[in-house]
Amino acid sequence: MRDHITLQVARYRPEKESETTFDEYEVPCPKDWVVLDGLNHIKDKLDGTLSYRWSCRMGICGSCGMTVNGEPKLTCATFMADYAPGPLRIEPLRNFPIIRDLIVDLGDFMRKLVSVKPWIVRDHEKPVSEGEYRQTPLELDEYKQFSMCINCMLCYAACPIYGLDPKFIGPAAIALAQRYNLDNRDEGASQRLEVLSEHAGIWGCTFVGECTKVCPKHVDPAGAIQRYKLTAALEEIKTFFMPRGA
Amino acid sequence: MAQAPNYTAYHPRWLRRRVSTYWWLGSWSYFAFVLREASCLFVAWFVVYLLLLVRAVLQGDASYQQFLAWSARPAILLLNITSFLFLVYHAFTFFDAAPRAMVVHIGKTRAPASLIAAGHYLAWALASAVVFWILLGHR
Repeated sequence: MRDHITLQVARYRPEKESETTFDEYEVPCPKDWVVLDGLNHIKDKLDGTLSYRWSCRMGICGSCGMTVNGEPKLTCATFMADYAPGPLRIEPLRNFPIIRDLIVDLGDFMRKLVSVKPWIVRDHEKPVSEGEYRQTPLELDEYKQFSMCINCMLCYAACPIYGLDPKFIGPAAIALAQRYNLDNRDEGASQRLEVLSEHAGIWGCTFVGECTKVCPKHVDPAGAIQRYKLTAALEEIKTFFMPRGA
Repeated sequence: MAQAPNYTAYHPRWLRRRVSTYWWLGSWSYFAFVLREASCLFVAWFVVYLLLLVRAVLQGDASYQQFLAWSARPAILLLNITSFLFLVYHAFTFFDAAPRAMVVHIGKTRAPASLIAAGHYLAWALASAVVFWILLGHR
């Protein structure tokens, strides 16, 4: 049937299975249906037991990341018609423990994210009466790209280093650290460097570059990590030649 | 308390899948990455080869001629041709990566990545031209 497409959906039901299995569903495939529409059709009309995450349906919330035909994708931005005549294989994001069906546990990332302090750190907060912290458009441009991250975890799913070494802090957390380091209102770069200059930080990355390719928001985490490596190396040289500080 | 990354309390039935030993055969970009990493071995070989050449030159004409004869062996020739191809690949990947790590400002404007990459390629071309001039220009 041309107006339908087969979805092979990964299922993991921990109460009765110890491995992932695949269930097949025929879903309508109009040209404006994304993979998430197909999953919602299954949930509403064919099999209410299917479990997956989604929220905004417009590439903002970062909830609906899954593996589509082997590639990490936001299912709300992946049109089924592009894969016609199919079939389409939908799996959970790689490199994360699977809780159920297409739902993975993101707790590891959440813990790592906090460790890099993704917020503005100030040595001394000035009182509100002294006014706001000003920023020019050029200063905003320095970090804006890295602030577009929606924590969808596609970069972690694409990163073989994270899959092989779960201690690696990973692309999104490092990109977000860089977002605050490049913000002229922030003074926490040295605190973040302590965490990120460890082996599990920036030096764990061997620049596969897949994180940047799969990023739906064009954040370029691989670029952020390479820039951070340069900064860390220069800091190390400075410490060597000026041990008492500049 | 430090938590082991592979263990989550109270959730023993979460499914954890191991990364296959052959993960790098799964996609062309992973394979290209592994080739790039492997190219370091050929870079190392050329360093060793250069040191052997310097030693042969220092030991006199006979030793140098012996080195040339050894280098003309099919196996060494094949190794050097392969190494050269890997070195070119290594250089391309390095120059393509450079703009990602380097942020250069010209005045208040950020230099585009293409300009930084072009600078690297230009420097490479100039260095190659100097080498060719030394090799061919003095004949």
